Amino acid sequence: MGLLELTAVELGRRIRAGEVSVEEATRAALDAIRAREAAVHSFVTVEEDGALKRAGEVQKLIDDGTLTGPLAGVPVAIKDNLCTKGMLTTCSSKILYNFVPTYTAQAVENLEAAGAVILGKTNMDEFAMGSTTETSAYGVTRNPWNTEHVPGGSSGGSCAAVAAEECFYALGSDTGGSIRQPSSFCGVTGIKPTYGTVSRYGLIAYGSSLDQIGPIAKDVTDCATILEIISSYDRKDSTSIRREAYDFTTALQDDVAGMKIGIPRDYLGEGIDPEVKAAVLAAAKTLEDKGAHVEEFDLSLVEYAIPAYYVIAAAEASSNLARFDGVKYGYRAKDYEGLHSMYKKSRSEGFGAEAKRRIMLGSFVLSSGYYDAYYLKALRTKALIKKAFDKAFEKYDVILGPAAPTTAPKLGESLSDPLKMYLGDIYTVSVNLAGLPGISVPCGLDSKGLPIGLQLISDSFQEKNMIRAAYAYEQTRPYARSPIARESRQQAVLTGKEADHE
Amino acid sequence: MANVISDETIEYVGILAKLELSGEEKERAKSDMGKMLDYIDKLNELDTEGVEPMSHVFPVNNVFREDVVENGDGGEDTIANAPEARDRAFVVPKTVDQ
Amino acid sequence: MSKEYETVIGLEVHVELATKTKIFCSCSTAFGSAPNTHTCPVCTGMPGSLPVLNKQVVEYAMAVGVAMNCDINQYCKFDRKNYFYPDNPQNYQISQLYLPICHDGGIEIETEAGKKTIGIHEIHMEEDAGKLVHDDWTGESLVDFNRSGVPLIEIVSEPDMRSAEEVIAYLDKLRMIVQYLGASDCKMQEGSMRADVNLSVREVGAKEFGTRTEMKNIGSFKAIARAIEAERERQIDLLESGECVVQETRRWNDDKGYSYVMRSKEDAQDYRYFPEPDLVPVVISDEWLQQVRDRQPELRDEKLQRYMDEFELPEYDARILTSAKKMADVFEETVVLCGKPKKVSNWLMGETIRLLKEHDMDPEDITFSPENLAKLIILADAGTVNSSVAKEVFEKIFEENIDPEQYVKEQGLATVNDEGALRETVEQVIRDNPQSVEDYRSGKEKAIGFLVGQTMKAMKGKANPAMVNELLRELL
Repeated sequence: MGLLELTAVELGRRIRAGEVSVEEATRAALDAIRAREAAVHSFVTVEEDGALKRAGEVQKLIDDGTLTGPLAGVPVAIKDNLCTKGMLTTCSSKILYNFVPTYTAQAVENLEAAGAVILGKTNMDEFAMGSTTETSAYGVTRNPWNTEHVPGGSSGGSCAAVAAEECFYALGSDTGGSIRQPSSFCGVTGIKPTYGTVSRYGLIAYGSSLDQIGPIAKDVTDCATILEIISSYDRKDSTSIRREAYDFTTALQDDVAGMKIGIPRDYLGEGIDPEVKAAVLAAAKTLEDKGAHVEEFDLSLVEYAIPAYYVIAAAEASSNLARFDGVKYGYRAKDYEGLHSMYKKSRSEGFGAEAKRRIMLGSFVLSSGYYDAYYLKALRTKALIKKAFDKAFEKYDVILGPAAPTTAPKLGESLSDPLKMYLGDIYTVSVNLAGLPGISVPCGLDSKGLPIGLQLISDSFQEKNMIRAAYAYEQTRPYARSPIARESRQQAVLTGKEADHE
Repeated sequence: MANVISDETIEYVGILAKLELSGEEKERAKSDMGKMLDYIDKLNELDTEGVEPMSHVFPVNNVFREDVVENGDGGEDTIANAPEARDRAFVVPKTVDQ
Repeated sequence: MSKEYETVIGLEVHVELATKTKIFCSCSTAFGSAPNTHTCPVCTGMPGSLPVLNKQVVEYAMAVGVAMNCDINQYCKFDRKNYFYPDNPQNYQISQLYLPICHDGGIEIETEAGKKTIGIHEIHMEEDAGKLVHDDWTGESLVDFNRSGVPLIEIVSEPDMRSAEEVIAYLDKLRMIVQYLGASDCKMQEGSMRADVNLSVREVGAKEFGTRTEMKNIGSFKAIARAIEAERERQIDLLESGECVVQETRRWNDDKGYSYVMRSKEDAQDYRYFPEPDLVPVVISDEWLQQVRDRQPELRDEKLQRYMDEFELPEYDARILTSAKKMADVFEETVVLCGKPKKVSNWLMGETIRLLKEHDMDPEDITFSPENLAKLIILADAGTVNSSVAKEVFEKIFEENIDPEQYVKEQGLATVNDEGALRETVEQVIRDNPQSVEDYRSGKEKAIGFLVGQTMKAMKGKANPAMVNELLRELL
């Protein structure tokens, strides 16, 4: 078994046992990046020298017994909307083309304290606005299962990097499905934790009331382990919640006997790809066979989640993205006359089409005369959606459904009709509105050979329920590697030449 | 399309958002925004009478800092990324012209 | 046939709170440092940074609200006010619109016309903006975020004032309340207190308010009075000539004595307020509110009465001494050290106020210690220094806070009480001024004053004047 095939936890174990050095692991990942980036393009920035230097430092700390944790020395990729001190952080936008943060996001600091080696920053939809990673100002990321297809988004770079085995795990962020949907499209596992579990300090905000950072990896064990490390109460984030326990790995048990699982009927209705539906129902059957009680129920309000989500997210984004103005950092237009022209030109040239679309919509729904009709209406809808979930969780431990209605679309198919693209978020956004945790685990491939993701949702602060269900399900099927990861040798030869041209 | 977005509206929102759209972008924005609003109008089907708008999903209150100075001189870091800076200050086009 | 008009005025007063740190980060609020010294990712709007509320800001805001007889919103929230300006690093200001911390209060003012209550509509907490320095030479502005995030409360009055006199009385009262609470030093010239004036005019007897304008950038009490007069005239002129007053924001230029419109196409004044998602609500329990009420210090009106009762000071003295918190503090501390309230009062009302004026300072700028003033009073009372020397020493205390005992010793300023030496000098003066001696003897009582003066001069001011007087009369 090649080094890159290992899960993060397994690699960590071998590093601690002295079977693999941190430098070997780091070099393996860097070599994979060099070989596969031309085909996948998961990264915006790769920090080769920094990573190797850090690998040496971490090795020393492991050797002298300072670092003993499960992920010490394991190389990681970080989504490019998480601030990393001294390392370019662009949000895949031209407006931050040269931004080098002077501080590091708390979640990343937590990882570093646990001995992580950062390989670089991953591509994403610009400011996390999109579901395909095609709105990046630095080129599209391709799906490692089929490079004609998108990896999903917005954490498409992180998910593709894990699936392509260019890193051992990655961090993403999820505002409306941005970890779960690309995890589903790329055949990897991703968790969106309960709102407030991972500090948002240093996460460049899109929709502040919805954003959460989460792990992306090959399996549930990795994700639970990473989540345990990145979660913390942070007094720098007022919405951070002090939880009683962060011991998510204790839920890694192959036991769902008696667990009550509900499948919302609305999640299997109109618009779902029959192959996705079949795979998800088969997964449900597997859990049932393992002793869980599975039944369908009416969650209600599902169709209202997307309009409510887009009002709230766009409104918050229009305000959050106001700070990018060419004054303090990032892009400033070359030619302008006076202050307002400088603002307008810098922003109009610096932001891409999707970001502008959402900023315009958000500014409109908050503007005088529309606030009540749109914004408050959306917040009321959110309250009702939360209530519907509260009711469901009185009855069920876990809600089961697909992560997305389809598998990964082809490149270029989605952007022409934004509304259609937004509809793809139907199974994920309500989880963000209600602040709930959700996990996406691979549950098979469609006839085109593209991965399908199973989404499990639990009540707020009850991650352990969904982790247990996901882990139990995962035991029934081995991790499926992406073709790019499998065919790495040929790919390395092929793309090595291409990489030279860059 | 039930929501027709006028040129004036796009112009006005552009002023609020400090975005200057080209002619083509404007047309696209009008159509996109109209379609989105039509879709968002779906929310009007819901009776939300008496429902409190929910901005925070969890009832967490009173997160405070004590009034103690912890930060030192942040000047160098602050202007480290400035497109234009002089004398440790950011430089912008003159803001008052009266 | 000109009509009679009434001016209707409401004020929005911004007060910078006296916290050590900013409202949402742990940067110092110190004034006067190099640009961007007191900055961090939060107060400069760095991507990914988040605000955390300074508890002391809530406490000060509550204290001011209680002192102004407001109702306290025991559930209050912050909102974002969105507008682009380079001094506003996030291009939104965190403020309170929907649920401000205090509302519906009032304070009593007193003018020539009598007492009147001015309603307080609301008090809310918000963050201050940075500072812009304009460079005419290069056509650029420089942005400094040291002030960005300094906590403010905005005190919004009802439109209850009818004249500049009432406005000044209101501001004076407001300033005193806030100073007494220790919530701010309220220095207008340093910008820690700023007032925006909302003004409209209407015909006397009219029931509806006229259209109002808002004037910003008014830097002193005097400027406020001038701005009010000018705006009243401008609006009446408009109405008289059949035009309408336009609701707008105007900027007062005190040097030129007129205001101009701040409007531009780019300022839509549509602030798109919405609840700040990065901050959680503030819930004020009954216990917390009671603690703040229990901690309220003695305010001006109570202090004034107490000075009259306890120290038997005339109302005039008590009023001046309590007109600034610092003055009252110095008074009380000095009295504790040396007693003699009337004498302490005289030093403060006379020499101190004279020197403050001469140095163009506020009472808040007093730097001398009560200990040194008390020592001086004791020296003067014991006759160790005479009154003119005492004044000279006081100037030194005022300026450099010197120790008067040591200073008098070092400079040899103690009064000469040695009768032998004094008698010699007096005899010499009598010899040197035969004309005055004759005048005195012929009944011109005033002449003795001249002779005392001459003696004092010869003694370089260090003689005890009473003794000189006595000796002169004896020898003549």
